[in-house]
Amino acid sequence: MIQETAQILDHHDQQDDYRVLQLSAPGIGPLVQPGQFIELLVPRLNDAVLRRPFSIYKADKQSVTILYKVIGKGTTAMQRLENGEQVDIIGPLGNGFPDNQKELTPVLIGGGYGAAALYLQGKALSQKGVVFFGGRSAVDILCVHEFEALGWEVRVSTEDGSRGYHGLVTESFDQWLTEVSSPPEQSPAIEVFACGPEGMLRAFGDRAKTGGFKAWLSMDRHMACGMGACLTCVIKKKETESSWQWARCCKEGPVFDSTEIVWDE
Amino acid sequence: MSESKPDLTVSIGSIKMKNPVTVASGTFGYGPEYAELVDLNRLGAITVKGICAEPHTGNPTPRTFETRSGMLNAIGLPGPGAAGFIEKYASFLSQYDLPVIVNVWGKTVAEYGRVVEMLSSESVVSGFEVNVSCPNVKEGGALYGTDLKAFSTVIEEVRKKTGKPVIPKLAPNVSNIAHFAKAAEDCGADAISIMNSYPAMAINIETRKPELANRTGGLSGPAIKPIAIKLVWEAAKAVKIPIIGMGGINCPEDALEFIIAGAAAVAVGTANFTDPSTAIRVIEGLEAYLARHGIASISDLSGTVC
Repeated sequence: MIQETAQILDHHDQQDDYRVLQLSAPGIGPLVQPGQFIELLVPRLNDAVLRRPFSIYKADKQSVTILYKVIGKGTTAMQRLENGEQVDIIGPLGNGFPDNQKELTPVLIGGGYGAAALYLQGKALSQKGVVFFGGRSAVDILCVHEFEALGWEVRVSTEDGSRGYHGLVTESFDQWLTEVSSPPEQSPAIEVFACGPEGMLRAFGDRAKTGGFKAWLSMDRHMACGMGACLTCVIKKKETESSWQWARCCKEGPVFDSTEIVWDE
Repeated sequence: MSESKPDLTVSIGSIKMKNPVTVASGTFGYGPEYAELVDLNRLGAITVKGICAEPHTGNPTPRTFETRSGMLNAIGLPGPGAAGFIEKYASFLSQYDLPVIVNVWGKTVAEYGRVVEMLSSESVVSGFEVNVSCPNVKEGGALYGTDLKAFSTVIEEVRKKTGKPVIPKLAPNVSNIAHFAKAAEDCGADAISIMNSYPAMAINIETRKPELANRTGGLSGPAIKPIAIKLVWEAAKAVKIPIIGMGGINCPEDALEFIIAGAAAVAVGTANFTDPSTAIRVIEGLEAYLARHGIASISDLSGTVC
């Protein structure tokens, strides 16, 4: 974990409300593992006391890159950041995705900009499998060509049918699973790595349980400190069959084994 | 002429601080959380997150909410309990040249006594900040902070259980802070912390639900600093024991304002989330200020409002 004053190397529109921000980070860059995040102090957001957490999209020896959607006052203020400006970042933070089990086909599931948090995992895994990207509309589907370039089979679904399968990413996944499972009564030889809205993650957690496969879920929670001190971003983690304990999304997570998560009623 | 370095040391009872800067309970975990980014040896002291006798789970989520120039929290004091704290953190904290102030709380007067009794003999513990003012736990907490008689009962009980410094942390939402400061002094407290977060609330206008699961919480951050400055100023006139001032300290200038108002030491709280290096910047800024103004010791500046 390093605190670094990072110069903006590149900041451009990806599509619609999605933007890509590349930061010079020779300290943090080389340390990044897939699924980790940074905490960014947004310049000129003078009445804010908290940093903003962002999944790391790309990283190399000299830089880290995030892909964000303009949704609140923090990301709105970030839109105006220009090349050459400096921002204060802390990272890499959290416990990311594990390596895949070699005998299983890796399956990546990205909901909306959750796709960005999967890119480094897609790159790191030596075995390439299938990626499912889901979104409300075609403008919410990101990174398709990049995953194809890495050698993954990409399957897109949109809720409005404007691109790919017309429906939810879960339905697209279910269909595919039926096609590839043989014999169908056996647990599929897949391992899922997912990032996206909580409803989607939970749906894959449920499928992992009933289908008998492993799923790693990157959980998103409102955070304050990002380094385990404030206990804002806690989720319920199974301790025994009948008990749970709080786990910090920023420290023990954001990636959890789906069987460890106790979902709220 | 050779200038000698300004003297930043302060004493809070038997606690010798190398500088007057600690961190506010609940904003810095128990130490390890920030140790990769902050050299703990440079702090005047660490004040760890609130501990009660037994492990406690705290409140449901959402637990915090950012507001203009501040944040609400209703974490609800989750913690490992006294034994858990020692098991998990004593050896870590002992590595540092760093006084450890343990923030303690209880649901009853007896529980306050019990947690202090359990921890008093531990060498890693330098003193106790007594949390009688947490706005987010149903029992104890706020009651002991706003009822003068209940407050005195808790401080007397804690005083009986330890020879180490006892530092009540006062609630800001009282009609006369001087009465509480004086009561603390009369009950044998070694110092006072002022202030805890201010009881507050935020509502989502679309759902019409409170932003916190606990419905209400405590407001901290720059928004509360002027409130805290006034409380420190009023309390300092009423007592001789030192005051640790806190509430929205973001920079050396904020800390200086507290010290001039009457604080002997200060704590950096919410600003640790904004920038973990805040406490170090404050320490450096205090030293530079003293040098610039030719003031020999930080204690010479304390309580010098004109």
